[in-house]
Amino acid sequence: MDAYLRPRTLDHALALLAATPGCQLLAGGTDVFPARTGAEVWLHRDARPLLDLSGIASLHGINETPAGWRIGALANWAQLCATPLPPAFDGLKQAARQVGGAQVQNRGTIIGNLCNASPAADGAPPLLTLDAQMELTGPAGPRVLPLAAFLQGNRRTALAPGEIASALLIPAPPPGARAGFLKLGARSHLVISIAMVAGVVTLEGGMVRHVRLAVGACSATAQRLPLAEAALLNAPPDPARLRPEHLAALAPIDDVRASAAYRRHAALVLLQRLVERLA
Amino acid sequence: MTSLLLNGAATQVAAAPETRLSAALRDECGLTGTKVGCDAGDCGACTVLLDGAQVCACLVPLAQAEGRAVTTVEGLAATPQGAALQAAFHSHGAAQCGICTPGMLMAATELLAATPNPDEAQVQAALGGVLCRCTGYRAIIKAVLTLSTAAPPPPGAVGDSIPRLDGLPKLDGSERFGADDAPADALWLRPIRSPHAHARFSIGDASHLPARLLTAADIPGRNGFGIYPDIKDQAVFAEGLARYRGDCVAALVGERAAVEAVRWEDLPITWQELPPLTAATAPGAAPLHPRWPDNILTTGRLRSGETAPPAAHTAQGQWTTGFVEHAYIEPEAGWAERHGDTIHVHGCTQAPYMDRDEVAAVLGIPLDNVRIIPSACGGGFGGKLDVSFQPMVAVAAWLTGRPVRAVWSRGESLASSTKRHPASIHATAACDAAGRLTSFEFTADYDTGAYASWGPTVAGRVPVHCMGPYRVPYVRSQARAVLTNNPPSGAFRGFGVPQAAIAQEMLWDQLADATGLDRLEFRVLNALREGDTTNTGQHLRHSVGLVECLEALRPHWHTLRAQRRTTGRLRGGVGVACMWYGIGNTGMPNPSTMRLTLAPDGRLTFHNGAVDIGQGSTTVLAQIAAEALGLPVSALHMVLYDTALTADAGKTSASRQTFVSGRAAQAAGAALRGEILRRANAGPDARLTLSDGTLRVNNEPLRLDTTLEGTGSYDPPTVPLDADGQGIPYATYGFAAQLAALEVDLDLGTIHLQKIVAAHDVGRAINPLLVRGQVEGGIAQGIGLALMEEYLPGRTENLHDYLIPTIGDVPDIETILIEAREPLGPFGAKGIGEPALVPTAPAILSAIRDATGATLRRVPALPHRVLEAIRGH
Ligand SMILES: Cc1cc2nc3c(=O)[nH]c(=O)nc-3n(C[C@@H](O)[C@@H](O)[C@H](O)COP(=O)(O)OP(=O)(O)OC[C@H]3O[C@@H](n4cnc5c(N)ncnc54)[C@H](O)[C@@H]3O)c2cc1C
Ligand code: FES
Ligand code: FES
Repeated sequence: MDAYLRPRTLDHALALLAATPGCQLLAGGTDVFPARTGAEVWLHRDARPLLDLSGIASLHGINETPAGWRIGALANWAQLCATPLPPAFDGLKQAARQVGGAQVQNRGTIIGNLCNASPAADGAPPLLTLDAQMELTGPAGPRVLPLAAFLQGNRRTALAPGEIASALLIPAPPPGARAGFLKLGARSHLVISIAMVAGVVTLEGGMVRHVRLAVGACSATAQRLPLAEAALLNAPPDPARLRPEHLAALAPIDDVRASAAYRRHAALVLLQRLVERLA
Repeated sequence: MTSLLLNGAATQVAAAPETRLSAALRDECGLTGTKVGCDAGDCGACTVLLDGAQVCACLVPLAQAEGRAVTTVEGLAATPQGAALQAAFHSHGAAQCGICTPGMLMAATELLAATPNPDEAQVQAALGGVLCRCTGYRAIIKAVLTLSTAAPPPPGAVGDSIPRLDGLPKLDGSERFGADDAPADALWLRPIRSPHAHARFSIGDASHLPARLLTAADIPGRNGFGIYPDIKDQAVFAEGLARYRGDCVAALVGERAAVEAVRWEDLPITWQELPPLTAATAPGAAPLHPRWPDNILTTGRLRSGETAPPAAHTAQGQWTTGFVEHAYIEPEAGWAERHGDTIHVHGCTQAPYMDRDEVAAVLGIPLDNVRIIPSACGGGFGGKLDVSFQPMVAVAAWLTGRPVRAVWSRGESLASSTKRHPASIHATAACDAAGRLTSFEFTADYDTGAYASWGPTVAGRVPVHCMGPYRVPYVRSQARAVLTNNPPSGAFRGFGVPQAAIAQEMLWDQLADATGLDRLEFRVLNALREGDTTNTGQHLRHSVGLVECLEALRPHWHTLRAQRRTTGRLRGGVGVACMWYGIGNTGMPNPSTMRLTLAPDGRLTFHNGAVDIGQGSTTVLAQIAAEALGLPVSALHMVLYDTALTADAGKTSASRQTFVSGRAAQAAGAALRGEILRRANAGPDARLTLSDGTLRVNNEPLRLDTTLEGTGSYDPPTVPLDADGQGIPYATYGFAAQLAALEVDLDLGTIHLQKIVAAHDVGRAINPLLVRGQVEGGIAQGIGLALMEEYLPGRTENLHDYLIPTIGDVPDIETILIEAREPLGPFGAKGIGEPALVPTAPAILSAIRDATGATLRRVPALPHRVLEAIRGH
């Protein structure tokens, strides 16, 4: 069995995937290679063959569709930033500019970030607030799943064996929607988030008409916060309406970066600041 | 076969398609200018351009470069912009050790192609993915922003800011670091390390492995090394007991592919985990080594003053600090080759002569049969003083007769290398009603980890430094180095003093407030001055520039204090801290010898055994030697550090090379000058010139029939400390004071540094450009210590969990050089390597307290700790 495969079409990739059980999909490699390096320190080698998707032309691109937007599986952070998109994508773009450094943004894919399913994946909160859906293609064709259902836990997704995540589908955002993203880390560049928040808000006559908020790095997967959203809806965009109890669904942990209690507190502060900024 | 357009030339690369581009470039194409610092995207040292976009070559499978343009540092000089960038890096001192430089240059190239006139924020965004541990980034930003090469550099007299004499190879990828120049047929060595902090192990039959497994039984000589001649407690390969996670128990040696094929589960090693001792001095703990039954490695003490004068105010507190990793961007690497009954060891090191002694003892061969040939060193900061790969590759090459090389991975470097000692400090200070200090009492335990390493040095240095550069009539101090099953703590820029300075300076802030004195004036009032006697009983006759430092800071202090925001959720604060630092070893000999020769053909050669690890000694010592000789620095040819070719200059540590080796270089220059003048029968003021192979004395050619030589040696005069810490521990001291201005986010506990002003008494700045580089780099490490760095074994063993400052974390730095000449030093110079780091963390904590009223008790001041402190206040 080859250690490395680089098909040119999605069909070929699906066939190879079916024929090569246990292979690992590869896009920009910014998660795959560091994980292998980490294992090798203690002579634990990841011997899974790599199925490199980067040669598949149909997975490239960020395009407008009748229903909204389609972000191909190979679209990376830098390409996202360079694509003209409605203001509702500003939060996603702000996240993109803070994922690693320029080298990582030039290589890392948005879909790879989601498939890697780190609790601290910076792409997840803004995409949750865009109501993104994952298009997963398997031997039987594509299926579509809301992002919240796709992200199942720390390093766990709903991707089935034999499937490839082929695109992110983003419904046309509400007209006039504005968006933002705030990330908190212990240094200025190249930092894994202690906590991050994203929001998409539409105001009408000084009142919040649509609002979606999400928090990352404060539970096994990033989460929308329905209670917080409800507290803001149909009211003036007043950060003081957001209360600790609206964040009760979060389950932050203590780790080397911060304490759980701090994360819970910081998430609320960041959300309040985001609302203030979007007001 | 993968086809690429490599630096403009169509190139076929035969490596497997999944090979990382960094490895393909280095191993297949011979382009070792692309560096590997982590293999995980975290350091950016491997940055190359792929179709013009910067990428980490360590994260790109070769196949993805198929048909694309790859530009590496070797291809940079071909474009006018690349050449201009290299020149700007050179003239601004933007490359110190040079290991990050290729990555920085490539990142800057991407930026400048799209944005020819960037602003600082754009430079930071573009270069944010490349880590530098030496420069503090400010010179790099300046180089990218200005680009244009300034006026031609001055000739290189003492006091001239000339670019590094060894700087050009760092800019075009031709510099050879430890991983860059091993012979192609070298075998590979891969250490096997304990994953447990404390475990018994046994090694069974390894004959099934495709590579040879070296163990303790294979060591021909002494299976032990260590810094102190009488403490060789760390085994090359542990014997049945691993004392920390990362302790080396064996090593695989063989062809590269064979070594790399071995997996953990293939190893015939059985482990029996034991409970680790992780807290210093748990009562009743079993000894780590029989030699230290109570796990106390050393205790350093100082007693000064019989009784404390009456006090009006007292302050006291406890502080703890964590392990800090050197995080040089070049992991340990090198190779060895046997030549008959001699062994040659190449690679990165700070201490070639100590390496020679250790290798000779481990092989059981005479010293003369060991030659250490240091490669360029991609940062050290104290972490490359202890041996790492040297004894292992030497043993392997000795036994196999083949050249053997080793390159630590980043994870391995983090797990195995020495760290800054975590300190747990309790201190009490008092002053009278006028604010004059009356007493200082200090006790601290320094976690020295599993082996002695530099623990005794730290325990010795701390008690004499911990009251800081102040007049204190009554001092009682004690520092213990305590053994645990943690990584060995060793030498790291400041030898324990930066930790102690935190306690000392925080107490001064409390006392200043209690007496109602301005914090800066409190320090002026108490500062040591010329003519004072230190707490070790040393009379300071000269070169005490602390008051000048503080006075130079005073206008900045007032401006920054007036500007700070005192309302709202972003709260401004300004902090101040001072330090002193004894140059050279503590009360122990540390001689250096330098040599100059002038051959009959007019070739003037400077034989300099002081390793330049990026700090600039090659340049500074040449400036000193040339000045003493009376010829321009450009006339010197260099023979640099090689134990077979140069005399022992001692270690590059303790900020000693400018002072100690500088004095030796000055003496060597003077000695050669004396020889020349004698032959020419000329007076002391004679003018020398050297051109076209002819030396002229007062314009008269001087013909030589033999090589003239001038040798100079220097060992700073010290008196060993007695049991009460009395003596003359150092011949001279560096002094400094720094201000930090910052804002604290009161709701999140995050810190935003705005400015650091650093005033350093360096005696004499032989090369102000390089001195400023040391100050800026030291400050960046001080920022890391204060705000983000904390090594936790098993948890932060990579550079994305172990955070060091990035380009955005170092604010504008203003450096003020104070020159209180030291008569003992070369042209009045002292040292700067370590002093720069010491005051930074206390100044930052002082500023946080100014902003919030909260005293941080534990560093790093991570946001959650700052917030806790604010809320607890
Ligand atoms: C130095 C550095 C800094 C970083 N900083 C950040 C940060 O600040 N914030 C952050 O969120 N992330 C950060 N990351 C991680 C980030 O780069 C990745 O999450 C990136 O977006 C993943 O994309 P990729 O194309 O590189 O994925 P890859 O590494 O190629 O793949 C990632 C995972 O997704 C799977 N996968 C990829 N594509 C598909 C597909 N189409 N279908 C199914 N499975 C797929 C792979 O099998 C793998 O498990 C950083 C990484 C590095 C190296
Ligand atoms: S070696 Fe590639 S980023 Fe460090
Ligand atoms: S010069 Fe940047 S790491 Fe040494």
